[in-house]
Amino acid sequence: MFGDYSLGDLGSIFVMQGFAGLILFSVYVLMALGLAIIFGQMGVINMAHGEFMILGAYVTWMTSNLFQTYMPGLFGGYFFLAMILAFLASGALGMLVEWVLIRHLYKRPLDTLLATWGLSLMLQQAYRSVFGAREVGVELPQWMLGSLQVTSSIEVPINGVFVMCLTVLITIAVAYVMYKSRWGRQVRAVVQNRIMAGAVGINTEKVDRYTFGLGCGIAGVAGSAFTMIGSTGPTSGQLYIVDTFLVVVFGGAASLVGTIASAFSISQTQSTLEFFMSGSMAKVLTLLAVVGILMLRPQGLFALKVRK
Amino acid sequence: MTDNRFFNRSELIGILVLAVFLVLVLPLTLDVFRLNLVAKYLTYAFVALGLVICWGYGGILSLGQGVFFGLGGYCMAMFLKLEASSVENTKIQSTPGIPDFMDWNQITALPLFWKPFHSLTLTIAAIILVPGIFALIIGTAMFKRRVGGTYFAIITQAVAAILTILIVGQQGYTGGINGMTDLRTLKGWDIRPDHAKIVLYFFEVGCLFVCIMIAQFVRHSKLGRILVAMREKEDRVRFSGYSVANFKIFAFCIAAVFAAIGGAMFALNVGFMSPSFVGIVPSIEMVIYTAVGGRLSILGAIYGTLLVNFAKTSLSETFPELWLFGLGGLFIAVVLAFPNGLAGIWGDYVQPRIDRLIASRKPKPEGWTDSSVADSAPAE
Repeated sequence: MFGDYSLGDLGSIFVMQGFAGLILFSVYVLMALGLAIIFGQMGVINMAHGEFMILGAYVTWMTSNLFQTYMPGLFGGYFFLAMILAFLASGALGMLVEWVLIRHLYKRPLDTLLATWGLSLMLQQAYRSVFGAREVGVELPQWMLGSLQVTSSIEVPINGVFVMCLTVLITIAVAYVMYKSRWGRQVRAVVQNRIMAGAVGINTEKVDRYTFGLGCGIAGVAGSAFTMIGSTGPTSGQLYIVDTFLVVVFGGAASLVGTIASAFSISQTQSTLEFFMSGSMAKVLTLLAVVGILMLRPQGLFALKVRK
Repeated sequence: MTDNRFFNRSELIGILVLAVFLVLVLPLTLDVFRLNLVAKYLTYAFVALGLVICWGYGGILSLGQGVFFGLGGYCMAMFLKLEASSVENTKIQSTPGIPDFMDWNQITALPLFWKPFHSLTLTIAAIILVPGIFALIIGTAMFKRRVGGTYFAIITQAVAAILTILIVGQQGYTGGINGMTDLRTLKGWDIRPDHAKIVLYFFEVGCLFVCIMIAQFVRHSKLGRILVAMREKEDRVRFSGYSVANFKIFAFCIAAVFAAIGGAMFALNVGFMSPSFVGIVPSIEMVIYTAVGGRLSILGAIYGTLLVNFAKTSLSETFPELWLFGLGGLFIAVVLAFPNGLAGIWGDYVQPRIDRLIASRKPKPEGWTDSSVADSAPAE
């Protein structure tokens, strides 16, 4: 299958496909980070995660429309405000959902799956009623359009670079919060031993609520970044939810490094294969490989030892 | 309780009531179109029945039952499609004698894996064996390595996603997103006219009762007890010397075979099969039928399936906007408030009153309050 290309062409193909893979990687990482916190740390299967992401995307879309109408001069910078708003909106909804729904179900992890699936159906219908069934796309500010010419045969789009930088920053921020801050220490303590954590004075209920809120907030930011590279519809979130769960499980549920490593390997495999065969076969082969490896190594790439 | 391996007295009454309902009441009151709709709903009841064994008793939540439903359905549909694409029916194609979608996709010879579906015997064997062996492979790989619970649910979900993408992508071999349509005859017998629909309905109800009997047998045998014990305290069963993995594999396989029979019935009754019954969304919907009916109740699962589907049809006909809110709300309400579904409500509120009514009329029979361990709620 390599016969028709010269060596230089092949190099460019791999770089370009690799870059396309990196954008996919960014979306996976942003979605999986929130999920890794909720599923990995709390053991809750949040099937509505994609819908929290789409909420962030819609918030971004509304902010961009607002800037366009009232503050066209500041349009270049709307994205940063939109991201913060997306985080707050999704995070607030997440905390509400935790309070109403999830906190009653911590002892029944499989039931959280059904309940959050119901929630995702309701959210989808709510988006459809409010924003319409058609997909919406935001208008990118001028500085994000165009692409960087690296060599004569390689060029990379600027919005892709921006999303990647954003991903790196958010990942660092999450790692800092989880592993360096006092609150992150409390979260990890609750994960490792809920009863003991409660006994030493940690308010486990409050920690749960904020953890869930943080995970959903990050999903909102992911949705915000998602608008930079694709359009948003009521059911866009559902397309990514299975992939994202596989990313988290494949990485080893409670490990941030594992999540990033697995997002990287899955996205690179898929985008490289996509060049040589149809998109659907590339996806089938990638998912099959992941499921196959998970059957051989159920604990995922990086397993954290937790006393049950 | 009598010594019967299949049911105690109240279960026998329940099964008889269901039989009267399905065999007499529905065919006498509904027109052929509505009866055919019921037949379509009942195909999902097979899946729900399998989930009662696998999820309710075994505690294994599979989100990939659509895979087995689809495999069974596609096996049946392939046989019917081959019969519908005989050489004289497909004269206008560039290659006569192969299904129309293959001809559209420039395939000139019947692929090897289609060949066995010329024979009805092999097809019936395939409907049972293909999903059964597939479930055996997945189950062995997962349960022997002690993967369970949420991980198993996610992986079965991924399998459902893979199979859907594969069917849609390989249009020339599977009919793609449209599925296999235009199924006409079974061994020369036209399945489309009204009287055929009625015959197929009764055939399906017959199959359903065979499956109910198998499920009852599993439930009342020692096997069913071990499944429940395993759900409640897996380690303790393992330490007692049972091979936990083998019991789980068995429960998963039997659920898969039930789902496949349902799928085959679907292809027969509805007259087509498409990937929209294979993927993640239908698989989760099938779980909710079981959850609404009561995950521990064999009969509840069947009523749950019928009820949710009737609600879906009538609500989505009149208020398409409200339907998703209703379904979503139903999921949440069932999980939060009624974890044992309709059967739980019946058992908690209605049954005791009936019992009291009967008990006040005649002296209490022996072994009256004999409720089996299996009827208690999962304590996860």
